[in-house]
Amino acid sequence: MSVEILHDKRNMTAAVTGEIDHHAAADIRITIDGELERTTPEVLTFDMSGVTFMDSSGVGLVLGRARAMKQWGGKVRIKDPSARAEKILKMSGLGSLITPRPDGKERKK
Amino acid sequence: MRPVTNQMKMTIAGYSKNEALARMCVSAFAAQLDPTVEEINDIKAAVSEAVTNCIVHGYRDTIGDIDIKLRVIGDDTLYIKISDKGVGIADVRQAMQPMFTTSPDGERAGLGFAVMESFTDTLKVRSKPGKGTAVTMTKTLHRRG
Repeated sequence: MSVEILHDKRNMTAAVTGEIDHHAAADIRITIDGELERTTPEVLTFDMSGVTFMDSSGVGLVLGRARAMKQWGGKVRIKDPSARAEKILKMSGLGSLITPRPDGKERKK
Repeated sequence: MRPVTNQMKMTIAGYSKNEALARMCVSAFAAQLDPTVEEINDIKAAVSEAVTNCIVHGYRDTIGDIDIKLRVIGDDTLYIKISDKGVGIADVRQAMQPMFTTSPDGERAGLGFAVMESFTDTLKVRSKPGKGTAVTMTKTLHRRG
């Protein structure tokens, strides 16, 4: 697992690569939270295109960051989850945070 | 009752780094049933949730053993039992409600059982406060070709 942070003005992207489980989520959280506190972005986008496995810890990760960002009115978005990750995100009602794909194509399995 | 045609037992220490190990071992055992990629991913997610529950809830402030018992039933069904000797669950029905969590740090979604339920065919949870929790799941794999 690795997470790469990109800043573009008031938008921050966290590109996660590899597996998101409870163990990995703890490290991802530390990296992201450090950057969030430092920059208080308007939008945090989780780029999930590189995620190969995700369980409900991924949902907890997104929920926790969304809660933290409420302090300054920031919002969370989710980009390019796999069909499987999307299923888990939708179970938790986080489906509305997923940004629509610009080409409107089917998501990768 | 269909016969048990293969089995495996393993015990892992309840360190969170072993969540990935548990997923890998169970999917390696399941490989003999020639599962689809989709089915393997279902199994990995369900196992990950069950093992995480043992670590996060069963052994909240300690590190304990997690027993994983695997069986092939007949020629197409995988049986998985994951158990701990942790604190147990007083109200299993409540614990299984989606979004219910006792996690104090707000980092758990409360979806563990919901994921297990949706990605396997049967799910049974037995728990006794102070004794531990056992989760039993079965999944029939639909062979290709």
